[in-house]
Amino acid sequence: MTGSLVNYIYILSGALFVLSLKWMNSPATARRGVFAGELGMLLAIAGTLVGHHNNWEWILAAFFIGTAVGVPIAYIMPMTAVPQRTAMSHACGALAAALVGTAEFYQRQGAADTELGGIIMVALIVETLLGFLTFTGSLMAMGKLQEILPSRPITYRNQNLINATLFAIALGLGVRLILVPTDTILFPIFAGLALLFGVLLIIPIGGADMPTVIALLNSYAGLSACAMGFALNNPLLVIAGALDGSSGLILSIIMCKAMNRSFTNVLFGAFGQLQAAQGKVEQRAFRSASAEEAASVLEAASSVIIVPGYGLAVAQAQHKIRELYDSLTKRGIDVKFAIHPVAGRMPGHMNVLLAEADIPYDRLWEMDDINSEFAQCDVALVIGANDVTNPAARNNKSSPIYGMPILDVDKARTVMVIKRSMSPGFAGIDNDLYYMDRTLMLFGDAKAFVGEILKELPARVGA
Amino acid sequence: MPTSLEIGLYVFMLATFVGLEVIRKVSPLLHTPLMSLTNAISAISVVGAILIISADSATTLSKVLGFIAITAAVTNIVSGFLITDRMLKMFKRRPEQEVKK
Repeated sequence: MTGSLVNYIYILSGALFVLSLKWMNSPATARRGVFAGELGMLLAIAGTLVGHHNNWEWILAAFFIGTAVGVPIAYIMPMTAVPQRTAMSHACGALAAALVGTAEFYQRQGAADTELGGIIMVALIVETLLGFLTFTGSLMAMGKLQEILPSRPITYRNQNLINATLFAIALGLGVRLILVPTDTILFPIFAGLALLFGVLLIIPIGGADMPTVIALLNSYAGLSACAMGFALNNPLLVIAGALDGSSGLILSIIMCKAMNRSFTNVLFGAFGQLQAAQGKVEQRAFRSASAEEAASVLEAASSVIIVPGYGLAVAQAQHKIRELYDSLTKRGIDVKFAIHPVAGRMPGHMNVLLAEADIPYDRLWEMDDINSEFAQCDVALVIGANDVTNPAARNNKSSPIYGMPILDVDKARTVMVIKRSMSPGFAGIDNDLYYMDRTLMLFGDAKAFVGEILKELPARVGA
Repeated sequence: MPTSLEIGLYVFMLATFVGLEVIRKVSPLLHTPLMSLTNAISAISVVGAILIISADSATTLSKVLGFIAITAAVTNIVSGFLITDRMLKMFKRRPEQEVKK
């Protein structure tokens, strides 16, 4: 009786998870979505505990510690650090799945003949393989995002060959374990290889590719939970895992398209090799301007499109940008923000940073919707973005970023770029935008420079 | 009658299609909160961890592993849902009087 009650609770919980994601489609209903998710999770946990509460003191203690760690993380974490937190959370989720798989494997050894037959063993191997490699992979991604590890690609000779060999060995051991589940001695080696492979998979990937990598790891963590569902014969886990898996998959496809790269290219072709080829660039002429000149250009404009990039987040300039937005809007100037899909360090990151600074979300425009407007806009102000504005992606076939969809900033009547120096961006590619006649380079720290522009602006009010 | 594996595969197939359709409609504006939400939801593996730890045949090893797994999953659930809500609270429209047209 309790058994079937639990199943009905799980069905309800599964429905709530689907609704939760459905409500995420608009900011107006999104918070309801979070509530549905929380309720679904609460039901699932409560339903499980009804039938299974042996060793409850262990369970309670773990819940207590998890909550004690989770609450401060959620409230203290600054929005710029959200990508790191997400990577960490992928690591935790994957670790949980991998450890449950490991525990299942050993616990069922006693009745290996019936309990570890074919399919269950396949599911356990998939679960632990994905779980362990996502765990270390996510830790590496987190290290790179937090800049504990160098964010440039770490490469060595025969990298892909070594990685492929390692993965093949791990896979071979996995198959052997599926065929002979009682071969317990192989399991630690298998787990160790999966952990090592996770590290090696991520270290050659550069910081600019992190949005794709995070989305991909999200997908792996989901699939690992899904495999757990098959091992435990629990459809709720399959549903939740599949939802997470498909979400990660869609986001990584969007990220890949936004950079005009394929999965294989992101995972196996470090951007690093391209940088070297582009090393020498001759000195070209450009125009620079002061904050005062920039202020008068902005003041004379009737429409301004601001193009923010990750450099804005690094400089913590989002609140100054908000002041600039307010000041220009008060003058009757139409201000919009053009957000490239890969702006920031994870999908949608830039939107969160600007929303945090109280910039209304209906002013944030996606690339496809705003590109046609650059030709009519008076000023395009680029802050901390580089490669996503490089016209070479459209017209220079030899450029490494050729074919990448970009924001058509170069079509604006005047282009202003706030930048520290003329040094090339993440991909190490020179940006033709900076050498156009209509482009003014504003050299300085994004936050400080916007502050100076603001100081020039109010002095002119009513003058 | 289909076996439990076949039923599982049906569920997986349908859930994946539902997931793809639903997620495709999510505005890029909310991709970051979406990812932390799906993260929290995928911490449903806490159910598996509870089952492991409370099984009659639970060994010390499975208790320890299950304990770590529950801790990790609950951390994800708590921080995932809370931070998603914290982010979503920040998304505001323009006040009415500022909206022209």
